Amino acid sequence: MKNIFKSAMVILSALLAFTSCNNSSKSGGKSGALAGNVAEKVYVAPGEHDEFYAFISGGFSGQLSVYGLPSGRLFKVIPVFSQDAEKAYGYNEETKPMLNTSHGFVPWDDSHHPDISQTNGVIDGRWVFINGNNTPRIAKIDLSTFETTEIIEVPNSAGNHSSSFVTENTEYVVAGTRFSIPIPQKDMPIKDYKGNFKGALSFISVDPEHGHMDIKFQVIMPGFDYDLAHPGRGASHGWFFFSTYNSEEASTLLEVNASQNDKDFIAAINWKKIEEYVNNGGGKMMPANYAHNVYDEDTHTATSTMKKEVLVVNPSDVPGAVYLLPTPKSPHGCDVDPSGEYIVGNGKLSANLTVHSFTKMLKAIEDNKVAGDAYGIPILNFEDVLAGVVEQPGLGPLHTEFDGKGNAYTTFFISSEVVKWKLGTWEVVDRQPCYYSVGHLMIPGGNSQKPWGKYVVAMNKITKDRYLPTGPEVTQSAQLYDISGEKMELLLDFPTVGEPHYAAGCPADLIKPRSKKLFKLEDNKHPYACKNEADTKVVREGDVVHVYMTTIRSHFSPDNIEGIKVGDKVYFHITNLEQDYDVPHGVSIIGANTSELLIMPGQTETFLWEPKQVGVWPFYCTDFCSALHQEMQGYVRVSSANASTPLKWSLGEDIE
Amino acid sequence: MKTTRNILSTLLIALLISCGGKEEKKKAGFSYEKKTVTETTNTTKAETLPASKTVDLNNKGIGPITSITLDAEVNQDMANHGADVFKNMCTACHRPDKKFIGPAPKNILDRRSPEWVMNMILNPDEMVQKDPLAKALLIEFNGSPMANQNLSEEDARAILEYFRTLK
Repeated sequence: MKNIFKSAMVILSALLAFTSCNNSSKSGGKSGALAGNVAEKVYVAPGEHDEFYAFISGGFSGQLSVYGLPSGRLFKVIPVFSQDAEKAYGYNEETKPMLNTSHGFVPWDDSHHPDISQTNGVIDGRWVFINGNNTPRIAKIDLSTFETTEIIEVPNSAGNHSSSFVTENTEYVVAGTRFSIPIPQKDMPIKDYKGNFKGALSFISVDPEHGHMDIKFQVIMPGFDYDLAHPGRGASHGWFFFSTYNSEEASTLLEVNASQNDKDFIAAINWKKIEEYVNNGGGKMMPANYAHNVYDEDTHTATSTMKKEVLVVNPSDVPGAVYLLPTPKSPHGCDVDPSGEYIVGNGKLSANLTVHSFTKMLKAIEDNKVAGDAYGIPILNFEDVLAGVVEQPGLGPLHTEFDGKGNAYTTFFISSEVVKWKLGTWEVVDRQPCYYSVGHLMIPGGNSQKPWGKYVVAMNKITKDRYLPTGPEVTQSAQLYDISGEKMELLLDFPTVGEPHYAAGCPADLIKPRSKKLFKLEDNKHPYACKNEADTKVVREGDVVHVYMTTIRSHFSPDNIEGIKVGDKVYFHITNLEQDYDVPHGVSIIGANTSELLIMPGQTETFLWEPKQVGVWPFYCTDFCSALHQEMQGYVRVSSANASTPLKWSLGEDIE
Repeated sequence: MKTTRNILSTLLIALLISCGGKEEKKKAGFSYEKKTVTETTNTTKAETLPASKTVDLNNKGIGPITSITLDAEVNQDMANHGADVFKNMCTACHRPDKKFIGPAPKNILDRRSPEWVMNMILNPDEMVQKDPLAKALLIEFNGSPMANQNLSEEDARAILEYFRTLK
């Protein structure tokens, strides 16, 4: 009897398993991941390459991580706003200036929204920009070296959050302030916020050839919180849209006080109009103090320059340049579809998803249908600009991306799901759960005229039980869905670095062919470069000693140094003489109060060592370089401060 | 009495230490199967000539260079350029006239074909995997790899011309 019962159960569960398999594409969830073809869809065979790059923000790690899709494999963590001992970023003498700000050396930030450069509205794979939220900065990463090559601080800004999104031809990267502040900063009571605090929206021009950034102008807006932004494209190119919350202008207990108004705004900025205004001498130059840090690939060295003024524009001085579109309710994402017609306001406390129409907005402006104004900025009627509403699609909408086939995909934080809906009919097509509490999502090319609508990556805020536990702090995570069919299908969970706030992606072929393999020695213009062993030397200038050292498999030249004294400042300038792909050398010396160096072929890097004890101290190569890597070592003899040991350096004098 | 004994033992200890010191100095370093010994044993067997001394003028190696004709006269301009490239790209491991990390190029064309030399410069990774002489050289030089310095064919040819001047 018991046996019969048992076999019945077996058959029943087998049936269940089959049924759930068949339904997997509909119900998604865990059963989908069990299906064999799902594993195949994310399998990239050993030695083969992924189809897409995904650049996922490192959140409070301050960095930017590089993944492959569909495999979800992590390739590199690019140091941007935080020091990285592994790569010596912010530790070696060359990159320390990258982290300079008007507040001094800031070794950390909170990195949020990567966006890839575009040409003619299509992703071009040249640079990726990302914002530092805490000490407002915008960084540019060169995608031929995958290194941070420029960081500009944003004055008059605080909580640099509605950033770093680019226009259709990368004319500008924008940086909008989340927190409004007194402009200029001054000592004043916090309770006098209303009407006195202002929000700056910065338009940073990008040199089309070198990508050099320069703040062209800042629009000084009312004291709202500016949350996210996206550029117009196609017909709406020339406009930029910023979501706002806290139109109540509260300065305390915002979770209650900034949720009072039924509608906040999306600010529509006609930047072409303002650009023309400032090109004709409009705007006001105001004193400021902000750092502009540029890394030079030829000298392998960054320099930091303090800039002393910035051009500000009062929006009421430029009629027709700025409008406010009422949007329910504390909108987070502010997303523009590939055609440029629809502007989606993801009102995170609203039951519905609001979509504005660019054409209707222009019509309302033309007909001068203004509902009111905020500090002189015209407010349009909600109904006049509304394209449509997605009725009750989920709870807590955050961010919408597009597949280029007429569909939109919105994340819902509270109901923890991705919902697919149709542009124009506003009907919900499909929904899939996220594990758990999804924030932003990314379709490669999503912020452009040409998305590659094959996958969507959902970035979650909470993982709970999805991975092996690692104590109270568990991994951050993302999930990959196949969106090539009518229904979405969950393919993969993968862990991420820091909090993955936001991501940008594109086909690998846009970047792969341009990826640099090495730095040419002949192009190395580092002031302390040493391009062959005959030129290696040690130079004393008072208590500062410069060691001009080289590396090649598998020795340092020189590898014996004498005549260093306690109290000296010893700068090791090390040039990697290798000219072959993927042959970096590393180096450090016992007791160095800094990180190792990791020197790419043809590159020169410098670390400072201040010996505190008499003795003979070894240094060695820290990155396995060849069969003789363990032999790649040397000694520095340190004498007492008043010793007269002569300065000497050598390599292999005893060689037979 | 006690003091005398103390002094005596101190002296004795001092003597012992200084003696010990001298002994150390004499024995500084040690010798265990040093290479020279092995080499003399090897040279008695004619077939185990090291790769660096082996002569093979027919082997052209593996790589982009299949045939090279050398003019009777050395092209001095080309050789000067080659010397320059050699200094910047090769001297980290090669001295012109003596063994360093790798072998000396002096008189190399008495031992190797010009094609082999250029292929070793231009295609070292494949050479040390497949060419019997290059493989043997890698072992003879303790596994120290011949680095690919990504030279152009023109620069490699100039280095070859420079090698012709090393006599």
